[in-house]
Amino acid sequence: MTFEKERQVLVIFPHPDDEAFGVSGTIASHVNNGTPVTYACLTLGEMGRNLGNPPFATRESLPKIRMQELRDAAAALGIQDLRMLGLRDKTIEFEDDEKLADLMYSLIQEINPSLVISFYPGYSVHPDHEATGRAVVSAVGRIPKNVRPKLHCVAFSNNCVDELGEADIRYNVQSVEKQKVAAIMAHRSQTQYMVAAWGDKLETQDPELLAWIHNERFWTYQWPDEKKA
Amino acid sequence: MEPILQADAQAVIDSFANEDVYLHLETTNGAYATHFDESFFSVGAYIRNAFLQYELGKIVGTGPFRVGLKLSIGWVYAEGLTHYEVDEKGRLLMAGLDPAGKLAVALQISKTPFE
Repeated sequence: MTFEKERQVLVIFPHPDDEAFGVSGTIASHVNNGTPVTYACLTLGEMGRNLGNPPFATRESLPKIRMQELRDAAAALGIQDLRMLGLRDKTIEFEDDEKLADLMYSLIQEINPSLVISFYPGYSVHPDHEATGRAVVSAVGRIPKNVRPKLHCVAFSNNCVDELGEADIRYNVQSVEKQKVAAIMAHRSQTQYMVAAWGDKLETQDPELLAWIHNERFWTYQWPDEKKA
Repeated sequence: MEPILQADAQAVIDSFANEDVYLHLETTNGAYATHFDESFFSVGAYIRNAFLQYELGKIVGTGPFRVGLKLSIGWVYAEGLTHYEVDEKGRLLMAGLDPAGKLAVALQISKTPFE
């Protein structure tokens, strides 16, 4: 699929690096297309488990490290507007649902995006992903249908294809491979072992790795009143 | 953080005894454990900035270590601790890191609240 030209994109995820794996090629493509992209990241991934052995961080220094990594990844993708919303990793689902939806709603009102990208509630595994997706869906759902931004969702639960069907939005982001790899590598604390495990597969153009990097997929959110028969 | 030196860690634990302290205690096997293995029973617990005093604190074992804090009306303990440091704010940060460097448990003691 080719990228539709968007007026403004708003990406909402809970953790630094949520944008890197499955979405960064799409972000870079929109940026390169001249579309402003805002990335709102709810937490600093304070509860990340990778501290290294020997450790390179502590529970207390990790958020500072991840904040810088997030800035580096945003820079690699050309994101001009990076928002850190100051919530805490692993606590999103325990926040007041209505207040969280209000926060998302005010963000959407301010940014006025033509496309919102977040997680698909019910199909995104991590409790923070689920809670973020629920709040975003609730906020977008408050907007009258005729002026609602598009909502493209990331899903990766084991049952997502069985229940949602194949993703309806599929991009090949090979043309921005370098930016995507740079964004993945920017999240060093989270990805250094994965990148090390790649070995020389990037240089030798390993087909499996390239397919994983080049293909990004989204599900257009199915509003209950628009469900396919 | 460095691998725990038991006598040194004990001295730091002693230095916080009978003082008002803030405590961080956490165990986790990661948010994706059940995603990767659906038979895995995932558990974790987390408390940040518990405000308490302990009258006796001990670090026990041969590594990984166990730390227990005796309160006037209760207990705190953690097992599996491997690494520690006293950070620039004078806080005792202890963690249990698995061989791959993933945190599985943390016990931290501070005179000031954790951010």
